Amino acid sequence: MAANVFALIAHAAGKADDSALELLSAAKSLFPEAAPTALVLGSGPGLKAVAQEVAASFPEVWSFDQETLAYPNAELIRPLLVKVLPAGSIVILPHSTLGIDLGPGLSVKLGAAYLPDVVGFDGVEGTQLKVVRQEFAGQVSAHVQGDVSKGAVVTVRSGAFAPASPSAVGTVIDKSPEAAGLSARRRFVEVVQAEAGDVDITREEVLVAVGRGIGEQDNLSLVDDLAEAMGATVCCSRPIVDAKWLEKGRQVGTSGQTVKPKIYLALGISGAFQHLGGLKGSPFIVAVNKNPKAPIFQAAQVGVVADLVELLPELTEQIQKAR
Amino acid sequence: MEILVCVKRVPDSAENEISVASGGADISREDLVYAVNEWDNYAVEEAIQIVEREGGSVTVVALGDSDTEEVVRREMAMGAEAGLMLVDDAFAGSDGLGVATILKAAAEKKSYDLILTGAQADDGAAQVGGMLAALLDRPYASLVNKVEVNGPTLRIGREIEGGSQELSDIDLPCVLSIQTGINEPRYVGLRGIRKVASVEIPVLDGAALGVDAAAVGQAAAKVRRVDYFVPAVGAGADMLTGSTKEVAAQLVDLLKAKGGLN
Repeated sequence: MAANVFALIAHAAGKADDSALELLSAAKSLFPEAAPTALVLGSGPGLKAVAQEVAASFPEVWSFDQETLAYPNAELIRPLLVKVLPAGSIVILPHSTLGIDLGPGLSVKLGAAYLPDVVGFDGVEGTQLKVVRQEFAGQVSAHVQGDVSKGAVVTVRSGAFAPASPSAVGTVIDKSPEAAGLSARRRFVEVVQAEAGDVDITREEVLVAVGRGIGEQDNLSLVDDLAEAMGATVCCSRPIVDAKWLEKGRQVGTSGQTVKPKIYLALGISGAFQHLGGLKGSPFIVAVNKNPKAPIFQAAQVGVVADLVELLPELTEQIQKAR
Repeated sequence: MEILVCVKRVPDSAENEISVASGGADISREDLVYAVNEWDNYAVEEAIQIVEREGGSVTVVALGDSDTEEVVRREMAMGAEAGLMLVDDAFAGSDGLGVATILKAAAEKKSYDLILTGAQADDGAAQVGGMLAALLDRPYASLVNKVEVNGPTLRIGREIEGGSQELSDIDLPCVLSIQTGINEPRYVGLRGIRKVASVEIPVLDGAALGVDAAAVGQAAAKVRRVDYFVPAVGAGADMLTGSTKEVAAQLVDLLKAKGGLN
């Protein structure tokens, strides 16, 4: 199936996001015959730099340079893409906070199938594009197929596709006039940076991470005791911050901090991809969870199926004795 | 402010071990604990807090069957005035667009200023809110973690990468998908449930909604799940076994060896 394949390039401060080369590799694995086009939207010299950078890997780059696009507002980008994309296009987006914002409505407006948070491709059969997704917080996977005869919008999970190596010598096509006069009923105001906490978990080498499996707030003292005995720092997954048990600065994950410890002790953390996305540098991961199906056991080197309330006091006591 | 909140009854993935059954046709549904989708619970709480400040009312809507009523009532017990159930055999097998199409019909039954969904549900697709907004041709924002009413617009925050917050102004009427952590959902006691036990929840089918049967359900779905499976993975973790004492002793040795004791 011949297809027009497009990839939306996320970028900041004049540099393309890591997702750019992952989207290229996803596009190539989907439609090996296609010459994917990169869509680069923004404003000013930073945008020009990104377009040039991306042209070293994509055969064609469409550049949209407008003041209104200085910040990526999905409500502006969506109607622009609907206007400029040929009928039946395959649009690949990162499954990022921008992709999630843009993708579902874009698929509706294009009359295209929507395949979100894809982690693998199983090929194309006739008009059916076959993909792999995960459901139930990563506990099971699913083969999903979409009828792409009217096009598709696909969002790709970060890290699911190895980045393609730059190869093409691409052409940058200036499409800026097409993006003139955009307006939206949602107007960007500003970005408020996450506040720094009382500890900087991104610099710690030994982290004790606690998740929903700890059960009750009172049980957090068991985690504190263990961390103190180890000489480690406590961090956490999202549900702990949502419950306001620990401050946001201690959250590891795509919506929190990116850490690179040597040792990561994951206590009652299921291991959703959003959490693992904040864990870099191949730490030695030890996971304790009562659910043997928890995805964290696929990421960990050592695992224990246990109840934290039983195991933690014993572990703390033995560490204290061992020192 | 008239607010519609779309909720879904899902297996609670924090409480359940999810496994594949019937050769991949479904997950094993025996002994599953069901609950309201976690994100939706935050959406209902946010709607109620807005109405407490600004006046108006909250309606909770769900697609589903008779089992879904319990979830709708539980959410109503948090402080929503009305509930609405959308039930029809023809809805089965709908994809995200099909679900959004059914919800659109429900949303058009009354003039809602604001429609909320959870940011995502059990399938992790994070799609229905954005599709619903597009079908209704209303502005949309996803992953919302702050809502402030300023007359005809809302000042909203979206959670973006690294935990930063993107602030925007969005015109009413609009659709928002709500991120967890935006508020602290109130506890629902037995008394609250009893209070709404006798409230009648209208049940609308496709005909009552005016939904074209050909636009929803399995036959209309562009996107279909072929099967569930457990992927062949690497070795995974080396699992420690034994009594609590034995496991702890092994962990101490490991942590020592790997430099985990500072």
